[in-house]
Amino acid sequence: MKNQFDVIVVGGGHAGCEAAAAAARCGARTVLLTHRMETVGAMSCNPAIGGIGKGHLVREIDALDGLMGRAADAAGIHFKLLNRSKGPAVHGPRAQADRGLYRDAIHTLLHATENLTLLEAAVDDLNLAPDGSVSGVTCEDGRTFTAPSVVIAAGTFLRGVIHFGHDTQPAGRVGDRPANALGRRLEALGLPMGRLKTGTPARLDRASIDWESLAEDAGDAQPEPFSRLTERITNPQISCRITATNERTHDIIRDSLHLSAVYSGAIAGRGPRYCPSIEDKVVRFAERTSHQIFLEPEALPGNPGGDLVYPNGISTSLPPAVQERMIRTMAGLENARIVRPGYAVEYDYIDPRALTHSLELRAIPGLFMAGQINGTTGYEEAGAQGLLAGVNAAHRAAGNTPVTLSRSDAYIGVMIDDLVTQGVSEPYRMFTSRAEYRLTLRADNADLRLTPIGETWGCVDTMRATLFGQTRVAIQSATERAAQETWLPAPLIAAGVSVSPDGRRRSLLDVLATGAKADAIGLLAPWFVALPPRIRLHVETEARYSGYLARQEREIRQLHNESSIIVPEDFDFSRVGGLSAEMRERFERAHPANFAAAQRIPGVTPSALMALLAHLKQQQAA
Amino acid sequence: MPTPSALRTQPLEPIFALATGTARAAIAVMRVSGTGSDAILRRLLGTLPAPRKASLRRLWRDAVHRTDALDDALVLWLPGPANYTGEDSFELHLHAGPAIVSAVASALVEAGARPAEPGEFTRRAFLHGRIDLTEAEGIADLIEAETEAQRKQALAQSEGRLGTLYRGWADRLRNVLARQEALIDFPDEDLPPEVEAALLTETAALRDEISAHLADGERGERIRRGLTIAIVGPPNAGKSTLLNHLAERQAAIVSPVAGTTRDAIEIVTMLAGVRVTLVDTAGLRETTDPIEAEGVKRAMFHVEHADCVVQMFFAEAAPDHLLPGALPVCNKIDLAPAPFTIEDVPVLGISLRDETGLAALQENLERRVRELTASGSIAPPLTRARHRAAAMVAHEHLKAALAVDWPEMRGEELRLAMRALGRLTGEVGVEDLLDTVFGQFCIGK
Repeated sequence: MKNQFDVIVVGGGHAGCEAAAAAARCGARTVLLTHRMETVGAMSCNPAIGGIGKGHLVREIDALDGLMGRAADAAGIHFKLLNRSKGPAVHGPRAQADRGLYRDAIHTLLHATENLTLLEAAVDDLNLAPDGSVSGVTCEDGRTFTAPSVVIAAGTFLRGVIHFGHDTQPAGRVGDRPANALGRRLEALGLPMGRLKTGTPARLDRASIDWESLAEDAGDAQPEPFSRLTERITNPQISCRITATNERTHDIIRDSLHLSAVYSGAIAGRGPRYCPSIEDKVVRFAERTSHQIFLEPEALPGNPGGDLVYPNGISTSLPPAVQERMIRTMAGLENARIVRPGYAVEYDYIDPRALTHSLELRAIPGLFMAGQINGTTGYEEAGAQGLLAGVNAAHRAAGNTPVTLSRSDAYIGVMIDDLVTQGVSEPYRMFTSRAEYRLTLRADNADLRLTPIGETWGCVDTMRATLFGQTRVAIQSATERAAQETWLPAPLIAAGVSVSPDGRRRSLLDVLATGAKADAIGLLAPWFVALPPRIRLHVETEARYSGYLARQEREIRQLHNESSIIVPEDFDFSRVGGLSAEMRERFERAHPANFAAAQRIPGVTPSALMALLAHLKQQQAA
Repeated sequence: MPTPSALRTQPLEPIFALATGTARAAIAVMRVSGTGSDAILRRLLGTLPAPRKASLRRLWRDAVHRTDALDDALVLWLPGPANYTGEDSFELHLHAGPAIVSAVASALVEAGARPAEPGEFTRRAFLHGRIDLTEAEGIADLIEAETEAQRKQALAQSEGRLGTLYRGWADRLRNVLARQEALIDFPDEDLPPEVEAALLTETAALRDEISAHLADGERGERIRRGLTIAIVGPPNAGKSTLLNHLAERQAAIVSPVAGTTRDAIEIVTMLAGVRVTLVDTAGLRETTDPIEAEGVKRAMFHVEHADCVVQMFFAEAAPDHLLPGALPVCNKIDLAPAPFTIEDVPVLGISLRDETGLAALQENLERRVRELTASGSIAPPLTRARHRAAAMVAHEHLKAALAVDWPEMRGEELRLAMRALGRLTGEVGVEDLLDTVFGQFCIGK
């Protein structure tokens, strides 16, 4: 049959693209269904990829052979490694992208993916098999597609409503229709759902900005690629500009609060704590007289969108006329012309606690959810979920067991565990502070952590696997040599390393752990400074963090120990003796996948955990 | 699903707890369990004793460098899996002096163990399949009771000044950590420039306050557990008689044959309203009798660990030197007059036979007890070894936080310090931290 696939992916945003590509890489015959082909891979909000925590996610997607890192490298026009002055564990690779180039890169990658079909179709309904598992989808035009696995990556399109001040219109993204039928259908399935909001700033006409009068924000002179497959960045690099709000801006906002969708009560969905609209900033931090605004070009000059500027830091739901007055109070923006006003968008999300760690809906086998629909925000968060959902959709179709990442494997694991065990109360965004093992889970070692895992999943191409194998061997041999070469204190002190003259021999790893200067290392071990930067930096970083890494490794072993005590999917908590009704409810709501997750449920008592453990051990033995 | 035997091989960090209730008993049993217990025991003893055999060994803070003898204890080395928890563990049967127990707890923390959580030994026994499955639900009840008792204890404490103090530290530390996390996660957010300097200042302040608290002379421990007064002196100086007089009952065997008291004898009494353990030691003299020699060794040990030492002698054998801080007491002044001072310390003359000078001695001891337990600082005292261990760990990490090179290392140290305090005041989750971050700073683009 023509419309029969292994995996159907609904939605062509960042989650959908990664899901479709990952499923296809795993060998599943995959179809990606989108409202509009030309918006596949579109950056609908900020034209930037990465950042702190988010950059980790991009590197992890890349380590699993995903698209985002490669596309960002092909489209990046302003690269900056954030937190460069801090240690490598919290470095945040970030790049602003040319919107059109990014979309083109995604299209190119998708079209080059075997087993993958892209089709334009508005999905209205889900079809279920008699056993309650998913069997396919039906489109608005009556077409049906069948597959044992379906990934929903509908973003904010589920019953999306856009607010420009008091004007509202149903839409997922300005100019696109919302997926209302699908939203109603999901609601009819009795899934737990909630409502969230997010916002976006106005887009400005670059020609109307007094660009040269503003402070320049240049990118890195040596742009560092996201992807291990990218040798170097070839796009010309551009600068951004910085301006700021002032007292007059704030006066206008304060006087117009009653017109704001967020502040007049028109929006019921909960917004984030961390990404307040400019209205939020002015109200909640009333003592601040100024907020920085970054003016980021959306594309290279001459390219489509090259005349548009994204004013980062001024997301708003005020009426367009107020937006214009407010923006024009800022330096350099006195004559700024709004091409498209900012707006707030409200949308449905599925309570992610209804999902397993493989992002499959517990209630409907075969139905996977990825991206903003699970209550997250950001391209990176969406893409990472998409990749994992896509791999699992393919595995299910092939009859393989689900795969997951743990909190000690990856930021992806941290995010998914947070989502499915804690749920969300605001759009979920990645921060490094969410990772317990922050010094272990670094952007620089994402491939060492995840590429081998991806190979066992079947989602890593042989070219990448070969390249990775070479890197790993080089790192191993460099580490071994650095552990074997030792010196007495005298030559070290002579080279300028500060060590105590205790007669103890120290290896190059010990010396690196002290943070010794490069010229000292050059004197002691010329071979080491001659290594390729990737190899050298890796050995250095591991040496600098060695004490912490050993401690985290011990903690991770304990976590794995407790994670290996599984709570079965169909586990009946009412059969656990000695659980109070309150504790039982907490367990049932979170449905922890294992004993380690059970311990992270807020408010669960030690005795409840003991009772659960006793019961699980009893079952395990039986 | 892994087999139970696979679970059994998983390493878990070493934990410790007192298996006996309080220090009121003569013996305090400290139990240690977890991967690395062997290394800890080796650090305390120098070598591992034979497994499953009780042996009397000298405990050191660090046996390799022979630093700080802690106690002579009965040691039981119980390698896993055939024991209660199923992992390597050992027991230390200590002399139940408060100073000894808390010093051993400190040494265990330094060696890499941490105080056990409520029910943790039992949980490990489960994990390693050491508890019969039919016992399972009964034990859950037991843990409930154990947890409840600890909760009540904690509640009582949390209402007290100590709870206020620890919560105050935990709150401030959370604030420091939130600011550190903000600097790491939001470097581009226009944070006020003074944030980093302020958090370093506050970290140093916390480090110093906790350090001062830890160094408060263990006054709180003294009040709660009572003081130890050791009575030392040559054989037949009348130490046992004095002890009996102070305790107002016959406890030690008193005989005219020199060297009767071969081991330390302890009597608990009240002086100035404080619980005092009087330790009557063996006479201090050179001896060839091995049992008495052991007693002399123990006498010196008690001298080192007592809060106060009474040094007894006769006029004709007055010592030239005093033990550090000792109160010189000259007995038998009915036979010969006492010297006025020894090393400029005034000598108290008594006659136990006539009962002269005893009121003055009692008054003098009560004054010393009051001095030792007096409140010298505003901070409420540490009352539990558990609190002390947590404060020590937090202090170490705060010190390290100020010494590391990179902010994320500092963040790691602050997280570990927070976790140590969190064991007492309740854990602080990421969401709490983020609340603090977003409540304090305007973040978001």
